[in-house]
Amino acid sequence: MSFSWSLLLQGFTQALTPVNLLYAILGSLVGTLVGVLPGIGPTSAIAILLPLTTILPPLPAIIMMAAIYYGAMYGGSTTAIVVNIPGEASSVPTAMDGYQLARQGRGGPALGIAAISSFVAGTISLVGLTFFAPLLAGVALAFGPPEYFALMFMALSLVISLSGRALLKGLIATALGLLVAMVGLDPLTGEARLTFGTVSLMAGVNFISVIIGLFAIGEVLVNIERAALSIYENKIRDWLPGLEDLKYSLGAMLRSSVIGFFLGLLPGCSPAVTTFIAYDAEKKVSKRPHLFGRGAIEGVAAAEGANNATCSGGFVPLFSFGIPSGPALAVLLGGFMMYGLQPGPMLFKENPNLVWAIIASMYIGNVILLVLNLPLVGLWARIALIPFPILGPLIILFSVIGAYSVRFLMFDVWVALIFGILGYLMRKLNFPLAPMVLATVLAQMLETSLKQSLVLSSGSPLIFFTRPIAAVFMILALVMIAWGLWLQFSGRSAQLAADESD
Amino acid sequence: MRRKVWRLAALVALITVSTFLLVTGCGQTQPQSQKAEDKYPEKQITYLITFDPGGQSDREARRQQPLLEKILGQKIVIDYKVGGGGAVGWSELVRAKPDGYTIAGFNLPHIILQPMQQETGYKTEQIVPVALFQSTPLGLAVLKDSPYQTLEDFLNAAKQKPGEISIGGSGTFSGHQMGTLRLEKLTGTKFKYVPFTGSAPQITAFLGGHVDAVFANSDDLVKQQDKIRVLAFAGNERFEAFPDVPTFKEKGLDLVEAIDRGVAVPPGTPDNVIKKLETAFLQIAKDPEIQAQMKKEGFVPIAMGHDECKAYIEKMTGIYKEIVAGLKN
Repeated sequence: MSFSWSLLLQGFTQALTPVNLLYAILGSLVGTLVGVLPGIGPTSAIAILLPLTTILPPLPAIIMMAAIYYGAMYGGSTTAIVVNIPGEASSVPTAMDGYQLARQGRGGPALGIAAISSFVAGTISLVGLTFFAPLLAGVALAFGPPEYFALMFMALSLVISLSGRALLKGLIATALGLLVAMVGLDPLTGEARLTFGTVSLMAGVNFISVIIGLFAIGEVLVNIERAALSIYENKIRDWLPGLEDLKYSLGAMLRSSVIGFFLGLLPGCSPAVTTFIAYDAEKKVSKRPHLFGRGAIEGVAAAEGANNATCSGGFVPLFSFGIPSGPALAVLLGGFMMYGLQPGPMLFKENPNLVWAIIASMYIGNVILLVLNLPLVGLWARIALIPFPILGPLIILFSVIGAYSVRFLMFDVWVALIFGILGYLMRKLNFPLAPMVLATVLAQMLETSLKQSLVLSSGSPLIFFTRPIAAVFMILALVMIAWGLWLQFSGRSAQLAADESD
Repeated sequence: MRRKVWRLAALVALITVSTFLLVTGCGQTQPQSQKAEDKYPEKQITYLITFDPGGQSDREARRQQPLLEKILGQKIVIDYKVGGGGAVGWSELVRAKPDGYTIAGFNLPHIILQPMQQETGYKTEQIVPVALFQSTPLGLAVLKDSPYQTLEDFLNAAKQKPGEISIGGSGTFSGHQMGTLRLEKLTGTKFKYVPFTGSAPQITAFLGGHVDAVFANSDDLVKQQDKIRVLAFAGNERFEAFPDVPTFKEKGLDLVEAIDRGVAVPPGTPDNVIKKLETAFLQIAKDPEIQAQMKKEGFVPIAMGHDECKAYIEKMTGIYKEIVAGLKN
């Protein structure tokens, strides 16, 4: 896939025809909606709309499906900020600071920064996709099992070391998350583990249900207790982000664009993964890390920037090798193939107009989403003013529907309810939720890449240190562990005492 | 008193009448149910897919959907029960009412190997095959810049350094691992089999040079044909998209290994219902346009009916039993 201005311009002319524009808007709207609703993610939305491919011509259909994917990244932040319920797994870190901001009456600026950061990062990484896709394709290939393992290991070390004084609690939460993710069939061998001989447990614990339970249901349970007060104690102080918010967020937007985009090149690194890494990295470089988890606007910017950047990044391996980097892109790939189009190098040779029109439509889609989202900030922020006795049951209702709709298994609903209770207890006992969620999301990749690496090295763990990329990650991880321990036992821990991700 | 007698008489009469009605009614239901089978299909049919939407099984079902609706005259609803490498959906299939209104896509060798490995909620013989319509022969491939030009090069190298050359595949207890194990057995070699969680990570690791070779599905090999060299295909005949690549059979190795896709019904489904479905699916499988589409995507169109499928599954079960027995020792 080589770049040419004339092809890109031609792509824009095609993407801007009324029909294609209409479907880009439609996709953005649907994407925002599924992003807002917890549980119903872009993967299921695209899957539900796949049959449309039999009616529509390829270009508008694919434009729409792609718009649903990146649109969901915009929408996911809304409920995360306003009521502490991440609409998508990738919005979990958004909730950490966004919700605190909303409680301080600054839900408007948080929502605004989320939209702006999504736009900036989405556009920056599209530029990366447009101009450097062939070069970048190599990055994805440089990552073999040992590199994946080292990256996952670093991500987990990072999130644990950020638990501040609650290091032990962070470790426990991580271990619990890993354990939960082991239930079901071993992803490599297909052997049933921790299923106690039941078929329903063989389906495994879906991490979307875990997140819905821990965050949405857990939050409602905690509020019932506070509650009698009958209202989410939110008032609205500001409506839009001010200059100072932008000043704090700008760096975060740029950094998270880069992190999100590069990690997005790696198959398996879905937005759910990269958002955590970008958020934690931002916390590490921040001059005011003590604010993270207590309403740092740059935390929102980092998280929302990263998930949008990852979205565009994922199109690089999809277009250059025909390899989807996450479940939503896998369904999108299915959509291509239903038209007899095979993403990969051949697609650029055979259908350059189609590919460039899709890329052009993504630039347009990002503008549409920004225009859609900024004026709606006021409307979304108002959700927080709905009295709790009405909002609480509604949240539970959507949680149950959301958990069920992932795989249409009743089992997933029970999982969500059980983790709701667990989420409540963890909040009460001051356990950080983030390490548990990240561990659940990463467990499969962590485990499979460890096994594969050790098969490759005939059992020697040195493989993680003899390969340069892996070694860098491993050393970073070890430094972070040491840093975490030092914090634990040094005077600085007092300052970071309550510095938990919840 | 008298009234009571009358009441009793009335009751007896009522019971007699209703019993009579019931008996004759029952008598009538027999031929009626016979008819229900004959009239099949009278309502919409649920076509269960046990893998993710957009995956190959789903795409095949969607290709068949409009044609099935035309032939059978009923709506076909595609539904998903995903999980456990297909096991969750297949467990659901064998528990469904055997009336032909629930059918499910099934894959070989999955339904043979899964129950051999552990309790899965279904047994191989409970999956009653209607037809097999698509085959994905496995090919052994290396990258273009690999030192191994031919299968002989590759096997010789393996003999010189047993257990050092790595072959990537998708999953363990899968067709890819069985292919590797059968190759080892036939040639007296030993490889390092590295499992991946699906074909996407498998092919990425392969293109990145993290494994020396892959046992991969034909459609994945077709996609990457400009970057790879296929050493041999595990098909019965040469694979159309790679006319110059020999089969293992040509090289004197009895190794035929493929991922096959078909459709099945629950145990106890009436024969004439199976017959009707079989006719419909085979008619589609033999459609030249459908076959051309499959070939273009890197698959081999096949058209095996109920009896042929059963015999084929039995034969493959025998082969795998032997390998798995060796694996467990």
